[in-house]
Amino acid sequence: MRLIGSTILALSLATGAMAQNECAAGRTLEEGKLTIATGNPAYYPWVMDDAPESKQGFEAAVAYAIAEELGFSDDQVVWVRSSFDQAIQPGAKNFDFNLQQFSITEEREEVVDFSAPYYSAAMAVLTRKPVVDAGATASVDALKGLIWGADANTTAVPMLNDLIQPEKDVLLYGDNADVVEAMKANQIDAALFDLPTALYLGAVVLEDGVILGQFPADRSENPDQFGLLMEEGNPLKECVDAALAALAEDGTLAAIESEWLSETTGVPVIE
Amino acid sequence: MILLVPLAPGWEAVKKSFFNAEVFARTFPGLLEAFLLDVAIFAWSAPLIFILGLLIALARDVRAPALYPLRLFGIVYTDIFRGVPVILVIYLIGFGVPGLGLPRPWNSPYIWGTVALVLTYAAYVAEVFRTGIESIHQSQRSAAASLGLSSADTMRFVILPQAVRRVVPANMNLFIALQKDVALLSFIGPVEIFRQAGVYKSLLANFTPYVGAALIFLAITIPATRYADYLLNRQLRERS
Repeated sequence: MRLIGSTILALSLATGAMAQNECAAGRTLEEGKLTIATGNPAYYPWVMDDAPESKQGFEAAVAYAIAEELGFSDDQVVWVRSSFDQAIQPGAKNFDFNLQQFSITEEREEVVDFSAPYYSAAMAVLTRKPVVDAGATASVDALKGLIWGADANTTAVPMLNDLIQPEKDVLLYGDNADVVEAMKANQIDAALFDLPTALYLGAVVLEDGVILGQFPADRSENPDQFGLLMEEGNPLKECVDAALAALAEDGTLAAIESEWLSETTGVPVIE
Repeated sequence: MILLVPLAPGWEAVKKSFFNAEVFARTFPGLLEAFLLDVAIFAWSAPLIFILGLLIALARDVRAPALYPLRLFGIVYTDIFRGVPVILVIYLIGFGVPGLGLPRPWNSPYIWGTVALVLTYAAYVAEVFRTGIESIHQSQRSAAASLGLSSADTMRFVILPQAVRRVVPANMNLFIALQKDVALLSFIGPVEIFRQAGVYKSLLANFTPYVGAALIFLAITIPATRYADYLLNRQLRERS
């Protein structure tokens, strides 16, 4: 392995492209390329303007930082798109890793592999001004009485039941846009999202959006941690984990987070 | 197929993702409970569809020239609602109408989702009724007229009783389709079986709940289909 690795290293040096580090060499789908998947569309602030190759946005920046750590130059990174279902379906994957705010859970871990977490998300309550005017406050008791909505594909669904235990039936939707649409139509009072997503939806998509409060990641029993999703048994996992550890160590990850997700401070905490 | 499929190299992975006994046992009770909502939506939609479909069919059959606008309405209605996919009608009506600012509970997705289903399926049912009405021979109308029945009475006492009976199997077919399309209401919020299966799928990263949901649907639709077949056969025997 070492021999092959260094041969490839030498070869790629000779051709002038950037060399993979020893770990990643020969472990990607396509030699000399790192194929990364994200959502379709990919949302702000994770990827700006649905254009991950621009390196703009938190996840785009993290992806390129990992690629660099693994020894891939920017033009060796290939982007593909995938839905959640495509990411978890059995069979060969068309990506080396997939990042679109996948929460790491024990059950999912049985079917796919996750890297070490690259972000711990607080859950936040998004609501509208009329609901706040009607007396909704950032306390679990007040939240119980609201009509709740959530994106059915997220871990917000079990969190709702754990943290808030709403009195009325929760309404679930296929994506963020539909949740917001239901909120505009006054069919639901509030919805649970990870904090950066809630901030975006509250500030940009909903005209009278209000972030009522957040459940900090460390307060919840199962904090929502985002990991890179990989095919089960992907040999690249250890390289990616090492790369993430290095990025966390030298402060790169924190710097990316403060560049793209800095507004998350200052949101009141729900008691 | 039963013998060959397990020989495929990916079978183990597929089995784990689609036919996982543990996941099945864990999610099936929840799916069954969610299915009750499907049944309820079906139960209140079906009579409304029947009534509206019949009215539209009658509107298309009016023969007095003065009532031509009514006939035109029937034609435009069926053209539009048969031509647009159900899911689009559900989205547009389910989010659009409540967005006009209706107060609660009148903006409920249950109400407007039902309206969308009823509007769409009434167009299909209307066409079925129309073929039923047109299949009754003109001579019966003439005979009724000669007995002094008004055209409304002819329709009510002579044409419709025969026409409705004649198209029962065709309508059964549509109601079986409706039974499945009820699941489309999940797109605008209600957590019925399809959505519940999706939640399980997302949390467990496993498609087995969808298989469970499919089995529950089959348990309803197969007997219904057999019943429709039986009705059709009986009708054929009676006519021959």
